[in-house]
Amino acid sequence: MSNLVQALNSARVRGWLYQGLFLACALAVAWYLVSNTLTNLANRGVATGFGFLNREAGFEIGESFLAYAASDTYLKALAVGLLNTLAVSAAAVVLASVLGVLIGVARLSSNWMVGRFAAVYVETIRNVPLLLQLVVWYTIMNRLPSPREALEPLPHVFLSNRGMKFPVLAEHPGHGWALLALIAGIAAAVALVRYGRRHRETTGKPFPTVPLAIAAVILPPVAAFIATGAPLAFDLPVLAGFNFEGGGAVTPEFTALLIGLSVYTAGFIAEIVRSGILAVPQGQTEAGLALGLSPVQILRLVILPQALRVIVPPLTSQYLNLTKNSSLAVAIGYPDLVSVTNTSANQTGQVVEAVSMMMAVYLVISLCIAGFMNWYNRRVALVTR
Amino acid sequence: MSKDTPTTPSTLPAAGWAASYEEEPSQASAPPQPNGVTALKPFGWAKDNLFNTPLNTALSVACLAILWFAVPPIVGWVLLNASWSGSSEACREAAGACWSIIVVKHRLIFFGTYPYDEQWRPFLACALFVAMLGVSGVRALWRPWLAGAWALVLGAMGVLMWGGVFGLTYVANDKWGGLPITLMLSVFSITLAFPLSILLALGRQSSLPAIRSFCIGFIELMRGVPLVSVLFMASVMFPLFLPEGVTVDKLLRALAGLTLFTAAYLAEAVRGGLQAIPRGQYEAADALGLSYWQKTALIILPQALRIVIPPIVNQFISCFKDTSLVTIVGLYDLLTAATVATTDPEWRPYFAEVYVFAGLMFWIFCFSMSRYSQWLERLANRYTRR
Repeated sequence: MSNLVQALNSARVRGWLYQGLFLACALAVAWYLVSNTLTNLANRGVATGFGFLNREAGFEIGESFLAYAASDTYLKALAVGLLNTLAVSAAAVVLASVLGVLIGVARLSSNWMVGRFAAVYVETIRNVPLLLQLVVWYTIMNRLPSPREALEPLPHVFLSNRGMKFPVLAEHPGHGWALLALIAGIAAAVALVRYGRRHRETTGKPFPTVPLAIAAVILPPVAAFIATGAPLAFDLPVLAGFNFEGGGAVTPEFTALLIGLSVYTAGFIAEIVRSGILAVPQGQTEAGLALGLSPVQILRLVILPQALRVIVPPLTSQYLNLTKNSSLAVAIGYPDLVSVTNTSANQTGQVVEAVSMMMAVYLVISLCIAGFMNWYNRRVALVTR
Repeated sequence: MSKDTPTTPSTLPAAGWAASYEEEPSQASAPPQPNGVTALKPFGWAKDNLFNTPLNTALSVACLAILWFAVPPIVGWVLLNASWSGSSEACREAAGACWSIIVVKHRLIFFGTYPYDEQWRPFLACALFVAMLGVSGVRALWRPWLAGAWALVLGAMGVLMWGGVFGLTYVANDKWGGLPITLMLSVFSITLAFPLSILLALGRQSSLPAIRSFCIGFIELMRGVPLVSVLFMASVMFPLFLPEGVTVDKLLRALAGLTLFTAAYLAEAVRGGLQAIPRGQYEAADALGLSYWQKTALIILPQALRIVIPPIVNQFISCFKDTSLVTIVGLYDLLTAATVATTDPEWRPYFAEVYVFAGLMFWIFCFSMSRYSQWLERLANRYTRR
């Protein structure tokens, strides 16, 4: 008896006891839910398992980066949805970053009026739900004039209720070579940056990294472009009948989603950039000046490394939010992963499988980005005692 | 959907990189302090702040040009040329905004499909609710009776909305819509999520591996997926989990989804507070011989929760905006009601007015909450500033 009391008073034994109880409860609840679900599915005559993925989907998808037809499988339909999600997210990440950095810097501007403009933007955009903004952008896209009366904001760029049409470079083998040269140039620039840093750290002498790296990125593709005869023919969109032919095109759904996500996320990125820049004390700039560094060197070697340490983690989480927010596409009819999953679930009735797959995919994307962030944090973390 | 913010990375290691709504107390964007005599005159101020360098002059001129070209049309559209009452024909002739659509449709936008003659009831409920929110914002009134008052107000709201007693006709909650849905979903989900989030945050810090991994798993799962998928799960999968014949209302299911989602984000905010408490506090509590729950309730949580008030208010703002997503699973919130109002063929051209109005509603609530959060932060820092 006294042994039992003694054992119960031991934190370790009680810990095991609590955990055992907790696990037993969790398992009981899980078993109860699963058995209910199985019963319900059996009663409704719904199949279980992932066999449906190989069946014919039978629905069309408005836009796709893969060749897709209604006769393809559900698996392929979901892949198309995933690619659409990634495409719109990637494009919006770039746009939102550019816009966000501009507005963040503008808000810190010594010009009072510019600062106020940026503040009004941030306070307006962040305090109105994204879904409402998306609906507004989509409504605007849909109420644009028909292709016959399309707006032409830039020469040969047409905005109509069928989406945006713009000129693209006509295909030419020279472009392939230029692209290859660009990739080679980027690789060379990365090598140069690494060499430059090592050179600076070992010898203490400055190394003209930035001009050399820029040259390494720009010169090879330009050279390849000129060497292949500078093929600059454009494929222009031309009105033919009731719609445009030729040129590149994006749908109204894609445009609305892209604009909505970028404009919304830029408001948050702007605040992150602002707080990152404010986080570097004025003394750092002064110390850099005292060391005789040039303003550009101070920015590159003193301010940016410290500001980025504050900026990058929340920035990554904004990118992650943007990717997750792209799921609001379902509200305006852009065929993203959520929308395709929803259609598949409605058609097959296999809700559990479809929704779990969708959640798993988003979870994998999140974990990848979180993994990158942890790696980056470890790399730039302030090393203290 | 997390709008986390980063103001204090060093004190909040976990949620530290989370970004915030608060402005820096230093008010970086405010005009610099007047220096010298020039600042006393408006022209001197303009010279110092708008035209001090060539670049700034160019920027100022550009801004003025934007104002010059943008303000007159906007003012014209919003005020001067707007049509304030009357039929859609009057609007077609007016060059500006057609605010008559708001006059005609405001009951639909605010109260959705609630029976027209009974709409004073949701109005009264919302008014009570907003008044109660205002009262709860006053620091001096944070007393135990406030909880009782809330219980009373929520009870009154329930009676008003459902009816069925005191001679009020019964209104099923699938008839509810508009602003009451938005307000109730956000407040109930955050109130229910709050205790849950404290448990999750404590569980995540627990030394018991089974509990810790369960909490980490739940938090990361919820934070890793979009709210839309959680709402889909709540609306489509949840009925499958229940035994035969048991059904749960659509509104309650959406509320459950929102609550779980919000709890995960709140838990991370609370964890930031827990981690910001110095180790010595934990050790001192242990040395006093307090049990785990005594230590948590008497020493740790009172200090941790004070730190995390601003992130919690930010989460409240997020949650308020996120309630608009329930329109995707077919609930009739403010946004749905606004969209429905724009689909009337007679008023179809005037969508902008309706969305501006709905946006303004959301904006007023969110903006005042974010200002309130800044005030709270200053209040919390009042005695700690050196």
